[in-house]
Amino acid sequence: MMLDRREFVQQLLIDRGDLLIVPGLGSATYDVAAAGDHPLNFYLWGAMGGTAMIALGLALARPERRVVAIPGDGDMLMGLGSLATIGVKQPKNLVVVVLDNAHYGETGMQPSHTDAGVDFAAMALACRFRQARTVTRIEEVAEARKLLHSGEGPILINAKIKPEDVPRVLPLRDGHAIKQRFMAALNDA
Amino acid sequence: MHSPADIATSWPDAIYAHFRRVGVRQVGYVPDAGHSRLITLCQNDPQIIDVVLTTEEEGVGLVAGAALGGQRAALLMQSSGVGNCVNMFSLLRNCGFPCIALVTMRGEFGEFNPWQVPMGAITEEVLRLCGFLTYRVETADAVDEIVGAGCDMAFNGNLAAAILLSQRLIGLKQWTRQGTR
Repeated sequence: MMLDRREFVQQLLIDRGDLLIVPGLGSATYDVAAAGDHPLNFYLWGAMGGTAMIALGLALARPERRVVAIPGDGDMLMGLGSLATIGVKQPKNLVVVVLDNAHYGETGMQPSHTDAGVDFAAMALACRFRQARTVTRIEEVAEARKLLHSGEGPILINAKIKPEDVPRVLPLRDGHAIKQRFMAALNDA
Repeated sequence: MHSPADIATSWPDAIYAHFRRVGVRQVGYVPDAGHSRLITLCQNDPQIIDVVLTTEEEGVGLVAGAALGGQRAALLMQSSGVGNCVNMFSLLRNCGFPCIALVTMRGEFGEFNPWQVPMGAITEEVLRLCGFLTYRVETADAVDEIVGAGCDMAFNGNLAAAILLSQRLIGLKQWTRQGTR
């Protein structure tokens, strides 16, 4: 069984409150935008492989806030070393949610390494993440949401989503504007 | 205050003093002999979060995330590490994140390992193409002034600045004493 990506992300971010969210380039950014634009979304349109590390820098700078990285599987595969780096720092306030459709959706749906069984949750545990799990059913989303808001990190949630093509929802694209809006909202709080 | 002999070995202290002066709170690095003293200074400072990276590219993301959260961050790397960062540097330019990078040079003055030469020879040009202001330091007594100016340019102007610490400054002795890295 696999998740509908838009339904999963939308339900994951219900009552998101003041979560700081870093979605990775491509469909992850569109999914987070589709769930509702928010100034505390730092949308990425590039920097593939860097999503988890941006979230780590933010989590270390703001230990009192909850930080969520949402890369796709291709993004996470390009930055696998960052799982080891996060494992060393052990940020309690960081959750990585991989939207894993086992395909490169932006480039023509070529199968990714996870299609062959490469397992992010196992890698996260091997990298000293405190918790890691694979989610395949929408009934598990409430538990995942709870982990976002109050689980002791570092946590990785690998969300197995269907390799489907969904309409793009395009948020802000100007990097300076995304940054300024995010920082202004964070400093208002 | 310092004799020339002191300065020849204590130049990392001058960099660290500027980190303290401008309020650097996160330092990302891949272990490096040339930066070993500075890394130890940062690790021993409770005001600085030291983050050991698997590749320098991770450090670019770290710097961006720290800045989003309101903290200043610095990167320590070898010239070879600059090559590992190229695409990720676009994050700094696209969003206007400040970044100060301290780059220890390999593959130049008296290098014994030819495998270091191709990247070392293009490091400064690569940094410039990626949008960095670059400043070279050839002698220990210039470290303080140049690093201070670089830090101010980066953090006052939301700019990316790189200080290239020449192989002549770092000294060849360390390589033979500490191994081949």
